[in-house]
Formats: sequence, structure tokens, C-alpha cells
Amino acid sequence: MKRNFVCIECPRGCELTAETTQNGVNVTGNFCPRGERYTEAEMTCPRRIVTSTVRLTDGRMLSVKTDGEVKKEDIFVVMQKIKKLHPTPPVCIGNILEEHISENINLIATGNA
Amino acid sequence: MKKQLVIIGGGPAGLAAAVAAYDAGVRDMVVIEREEKAGGILKQCIHNGFGLTRFKESMTGPEYAQRFLDEVNARGIEIMTNTFVTGLGTDKKVTCMNESGVFTLEAGAVILAMGCRERSKGALNIAGTRPAGLFSAGTAQKYVNIYGYLPGKRVVILGSGDIGLIMARRMTLEGAKVECVCEIMEHSSGLRRNIAQCLDDFCIPLYLEHTIVEIKGKERVESVVIAQVDKEKQPIPGTEREIPCDTVLFSVGLIPENELTKETGLALDPHTKGCFVDENRETDVSGIFACGNVLHVHDLVDFVSEEAEVAGRAAAEYLINGDSEHVYIPTVAGENVGYVLPQRAGKGKDIKLYFRVRSAFRNAVIRVEAGEMVKTYKRIAVAPGEMENITIKAADFADAQSIRVSVTREA
Ligand code: SF4
Repeated sequence: MKRNFVCIECPRGCELTAETTQNGVNVTGNFCPRGERYTEAEMTCPRRIVTSTVRLTDGRMLSVKTDGEVKKEDIFVVMQKIKKLHPTPPVCIGNILEEHISENINLIATGNA
Repeated sequence: MKKQLVIIGGGPAGLAAAVAAYDAGVRDMVVIEREEKAGGILKQCIHNGFGLTRFKESMTGPEYAQRFLDEVNARGIEIMTNTFVTGLGTDKKVTCMNESGVFTLEAGAVILAMGCRERSKGALNIAGTRPAGLFSAGTAQKYVNIYGYLPGKRVVILGSGDIGLIMARRMTLEGAKVECVCEIMEHSSGLRRNIAQCLDDFCIPLYLEHTIVEIKGKERVESVVIAQVDKEKQPIPGTEREIPCDTVLFSVGLIPENELTKETGLALDPHTKGCFVDENRETDVSGIFACGNVLHVHDLVDFVSEEAEVAGRAAAEYLINGDSEHVYIPTVAGENVGYVLPQRAGKGKDIKLYFRVRSAFRNAVIRVEAGEMVKTYKRIAVAPGEMENITIKAADFADAQSIRVSVTREA
């Protein structure tokens, strides 16, 4: 069976083909080894970094991200949790705003406020 | 007031140029920024994927901007915020305006780093009313990410530029339903990875060779009519389809912000819509440099930073050692190449050529010709949305009259 993917690991965006044979999965079209790892993850458990914003207690918005990739199916669960957060400044880049927002992944600030 | 170096714009280009100029020996300089905070468009680009080329890590826009702001601050470089530049002369006098009034900076050198703005033409030729709910993708991005307001609940996006793709995902995450993205061309102008992670991940359809032919609604958008287009980009009768929505985003491309430059009297390249420059990013006026999206629209900020550093170092060199003599040859966009930057190459130095192809295809061969020298480079795929670059050694074009870049399909 053949499946096609676009690798999102870097801007090159290689178009990958994964062919499942008796000997396992054969990936072609990748310019570097990360493409293979990406395909493997896509075929078993796709994951994504989630980026969003939270409203601070002073009313301003602060940009945030997960410090690891969350399971694709958990993205909207994470978004629901993010929407409920209202941190109080001062906040610095890298500060953890919510521990273990999904599995062992934290939500961290990507801006200073 | 005199200033050795004036940098117009405090976005990624301006900040990187400032750091590079400082490190090359310039101390008396100022960065003029019209907004309250420096950082430019990166402030609202909260998604990740920046810095992969430069820092080998995936950063968000605000994080990438902060890296450079920290460098600027560590060097004590002055950033004048909330300040507009209202005029620039070929004598390098920069007229500025802010709270304290209008004032003129007499600069030894100027770096243009004003960035780009969104094309608005997409909104113009569509039939129907002009109800509320029409936004450029960048404006919508600012509403959501900076002000925290969702501009609509049911969205159709016209144009598949990267900002449109990014906003399709962003608004979906915030709870809106993005009905589809319509692209009039047969390929998207956005990065492939953005189609994958912003549309495919959320099952948002991308209709290629489709456009919006009518916007309906009185006070607020109520629906749009989309249709397939033929090879001449004309809607094909009978293919119309009405899609209910309350919001339309336009993502039909970016254009260098050169209103100021035009008034200065600098010629603009009809292909890049930016100044003509040499390998130092020096314009037709010696001592005036340009870099980043004001020069040509980049798809990756990493290349903006790189280009700004070239301009920053060159401006420092100009200020410290004066104008140097150059022998130039033109760079030429050959078959299937939209433009080549810089437009002229000074002999005696290696040159990195940046260029864009006109159409997307696989198994491409890049051909660089300079006099006797012909070099070819293979690419798995090329696309107009993805800027290519090739470095040519000085010795390879020493005797040439021009450098020509073309891209063809592998035979
Ligand atoms: S395979 Fe490697 S080069 Fe290709 S997109 Fe993925 S990370 Fe980038």
C-alpha cells in the first residue's frame, strides 16, 4: 500500500511516499532522514506543536506554545485548556504557564509581557 | 541632527541590519519604528517554523523577533518607536514625525527595511455588495493574535498565500469553521508544508483554479458564490456554487512597501517591486541600502535576516571606508525565472543569487550561464512560492558580460 505525505519538518516540504511491504515501510522522496521519522510518526501517531494566545489578567494577549508535540487528536482538548488560562504579568519567554497540558508536555510563553 | 546610520523599520530586517552594522563598527545609529514595539510582522506570527535554517530550531515569530531584539538591546542600539518617516531624500536626509513633532536626521547611510504590505486587489473585482466581514488575512491575524478577537465564525479564504493558510488553521483552532480556500492559479503560492499542516490536518478543502465571483449580504457577509476558472482565469458558467459564510479573508499576496522609496525617486524593479540593488544591497543611490521584504518578498524570515546582515555590513563598510569602485554586470532572469536578485553583480566577489521560478514542476534543472561558464543544479521540485539560491564563485564570472539563470525540466 502506498501513502503520500508532505514533510512539515522544514520549509523544503518534501513530498514523501511511504510504501508498506512485507519487510516494513519504505520511504522515498525525503531529502534528509527527518522525513523518514516524520512519515513513521504520521503512520502511527501524528503529533503537532500547538501555538495560540492567552489573555493576560491586564487584558493584553500573550503568545504561547506547547513545548513538545501533542497528539493530533488532542489538539482541540489542549485549545480548550489554553482558552481558560489567564496568567498575570510579568511573564517571560519560556515560562511554563500550564504543566502537563497534554501527557508530559507543558504550555510555555513565547513572548515577554 | 546628524546620524551616521539611519535604519527605517524595526522588523526582522531592520533589527538584523542594525546588529550587523554595529558589529562591523558603526556606533552612531538609530532604528526608526512606526509601531509601539519593534519586531514587525513577526509579533503577530505566533505559529512555529521560523528559524529552522538559521538557528536549527523551530521558533515562533515572537521568539525569533525577541532573539534579535535582545541582540539590539545588548548593544545599546537606539530604537525610536511610534515614529513615522515622512520623507527621504537622495541626500540621505530622513524626515521623521512623532509625538515631539517633525524633525530631520542627516544620515551618512540609510538602510530601507520597511517590509511589505498585503495586496488588496482581490477585493476589488468581485461583484456584489461590500458588507462587513471582509478582511485581509494579515488584518484578521492581527485581530486574533494581538487583540484577541475572532473576526468571524464561518470563513471562506480567497488566495492561498501563506498568511491565508496560517489563518485557516488559526481560526479553526479558535472555533471558527473554515469552509474552503479558493486559489485562482493551478498551484498554491503558499509553502507545501503549510497546505499540509494548516489545511489537510483540519480537512479544509483547497479549490485550485477557483475564485469568488460574488459576495452576498447586506450589513454582514451572508454567503459567497465561487466558481471554477478557465485558462484565462475567467469564471466558467455553470460551475458556480454558493457557500454560506460570515467572513471572507483575502490572501492574494504581498508587495514591498515602497511608497517612501518612490517619493525619493529611486527606480523600482517591475518584477520584485523593490529597488534595483547590487550584491551589497546598495541601491542606485550610493549610501542607501535596502533589505528584507521591502526589497523583494521573502517566504522565510531566515533569509530576511541573512540579507539584512549583508546590507548592515555593507553600510558599515561604506561609512568607515567610503564608497568603493565596482565593475558591475547584470543578472538576467532566463526561461521560467521570475526575477533574480541582486539585479547587478560586482565583479571580484563570490555572489549568492536568489531567484523565483514562474511555475511549479518536478525534476527541475537550474542553469546558470556567465560567459563561458555553464553550471547546472538539480532540484527535486521547484515552486514559485519557494525562493531558490545559488552561489557563484567570483572566478566563474570574471570575464562574463552577464549572469543568466534559467530553470527547465529535466530532459
Ligand atoms: S525530509 Fe528533511 S529536507 Fe525534506 S522536508 Fe523533511 S526535514 Fe525537510
